[in-house]
Amino acid sequence: MDIFIQQIINGLVLGSIYALVALGYTMVYGIMGLINFAHGEVVMIGAMVALTVINLLLGSGLPGVVMALIGLAAAVPVCMATGFAIERIAYRPLRNAPKLAPLITAIGVSIVLQNVAMLVWGRNYHAFPPILPSVDFEVFEATITGVQVAIIAIAALMMIGLTLLVQRTRLGRAMRATAENPSIAQLMGVDTNRIISLTFVIGSSLAAVAGFMVSANYSIAHYYMGFILGLKAFTAAVLGGIGNLAGAMLGGILLGLIESLGAGYIGDLTGGFLGSHYQDVFAFFVLILVLVFRPSGLVGEKVAERA
Amino acid sequence: MMRFEALRHDKRAAIAATVLIGILLAVAPFLIGSAAGSTWLRIVDFALLYIMLALGLNIVVGFAGLLDMGYIAFYAVGAYMYALLASPQFGLHLPMWAILPAGAAVAGIFGVLLGAPTLRLRGDYLAIVTLGFGEIIRIFLNNLNAPVNITNGPQGISGIDPIRIGGVSLSKPIDLFGFTLPSLHAYYYLFLALALAIVFVTIRLENSRIGRAWVAIREDEIAAKACGINTRNIKLLAFAMGASFGGVAGGLFAGFQAFVSPESFSLMESVMVLCMVVLGGMGNIPGVILGGILLTILPELFRHGAGPVQQAVFGKILLDPEALRMLLFGLALIVVMLYRPAGLWPSTRRRREFKGGAA
Repeated sequence: MDIFIQQIINGLVLGSIYALVALGYTMVYGIMGLINFAHGEVVMIGAMVALTVINLLLGSGLPGVVMALIGLAAAVPVCMATGFAIERIAYRPLRNAPKLAPLITAIGVSIVLQNVAMLVWGRNYHAFPPILPSVDFEVFEATITGVQVAIIAIAALMMIGLTLLVQRTRLGRAMRATAENPSIAQLMGVDTNRIISLTFVIGSSLAAVAGFMVSANYSIAHYYMGFILGLKAFTAAVLGGIGNLAGAMLGGILLGLIESLGAGYIGDLTGGFLGSHYQDVFAFFVLILVLVFRPSGLVGEKVAERA
Repeated sequence: MMRFEALRHDKRAAIAATVLIGILLAVAPFLIGSAAGSTWLRIVDFALLYIMLALGLNIVVGFAGLLDMGYIAFYAVGAYMYALLASPQFGLHLPMWAILPAGAAVAGIFGVLLGAPTLRLRGDYLAIVTLGFGEIIRIFLNNLNAPVNITNGPQGISGIDPIRIGGVSLSKPIDLFGFTLPSLHAYYYLFLALALAIVFVTIRLENSRIGRAWVAIREDEIAAKACGINTRNIKLLAFAMGASFGGVAGGLFAGFQAFVSPESFSLMESVMVLCMVVLGGMGNIPGVILGGILLTILPELFRHGAGPVQQAVFGKILLDPEALRMLLFGLALIVVMLYRPAGLWPSTRRRREFKGGAA
């Protein structure tokens, strides 16, 4: 039983991170109908920048939590700028181009960012210094670390904040209008270009926080970490129903749970035939299964057949 | 491409052009081999394999408009078919003529397996499912060394039999009437022949009833259905056909390399082939061939250029050549798509659509 609880906790932590990244995918998709393939790299850049700043501050004698917050505060604007630049350079000129063209530029941007990161930070794994206080809590015979509690709490706060932003503010209404129909929104006086830019910026700031969380939780960052993380988060966004904010949150949490429970129990389920290295197979298998029965994701609206 | 249209009417010019291209293709390995060395000839051999892959994916993405991001899985299936049936792994040594068709068939079946549950999905949902499928195949290849060792896991399978034609192994220089044909040249001709066969088949397909049905589905699935096209079967056929080309290319790859490992079939490879199709000009066969050649040669050019050029300009290597090479490659992808959003060599139909403003 304690293993079960432990896997649930791990799943929730992983799921919160996925959810934050998935929100970035789903916001961009909702507004532009585009897979922002480079989003994972923004997460990576967030982690790397935060780590670099923290390493610079190490000798300063500041308390660990303050250092971590400064690192995070540095990562967010850098990621926002990156997100803004990506949209300007790679997507805006192709707004009316064939659908696959921005996908290819997105892949190009992803390759460029990855290799810039490799040039700047090298090929090595970077360790996250043990600056955060290590407090452990006991929950039903399972342990949850202070960092994990913080991750879940911060992620929850950010998701609530984003929901309020989208549902309650003028900006949010403009975003929803643009997602509904860009040209009509423009006629109604919405500066759609600005809204699209802002969407990228907001998504990238979530990515920065997620990147910081990943490196704090696993104590590691790497120039290549964005790729697989982005892939998982995108899967989560699709699982929930891409373009739908609640769907991305649900999908993220669900994927995190599926993965950690899958990793814990797949051996038992298959009589020892498949081991825990099949956890990704499990995740993708669940995704395929969900999409077979609900082709537009768990909470995605049924897309009207385009006539 | 008006000049090509002109060729269609002028028979003599068409024959002359064909003969010229034929001669060029025939002497190419000797020119490349003597001018640039065997490394580059090897790269050209790979370019031919990638052309086969790109043409296969072009059926799925370019003709039928189904975004497949796990295409490399079929290449993997073909390659592992060859590797398992012609290597010391199981002690089987079947001839190429048995394996390649079998590889194509099995890859085709996998294509249908992928296609069947995803028939209702469109666009980006399809993309993520195919991507997941590709990853599933790779993970299985990576882990099927226990409890029963089938694929030998991450180490891959080595010592694969070279391709033999009429009992002559292509991995050693071949003696032809006192004239020696080096191995890379022999593989070049084999790959060229098969690539040409695939080009021929795709051209015929494109203008066939099936090809037009694919295009109709790409343009508007509901309208296609209303016109009496059995969209389910036609879509599955696109998956199966595309996959089987990938299977053939995979088998050739295994025989050529004498080694396969799951590493060769990563998501990045799928993405690469997709880039070839889209960058070259989706749905247009010459464009896709151009994309295949460019995207195989370009990273290699950067690979060989990145180090020495820095050495010459700065006197030392400032930036990691490997990272620089991929960086330049990424930039090239972006720049090409920004300036030619419909691809380098789009089909006439797409160009017309694009000018008309329809996306």
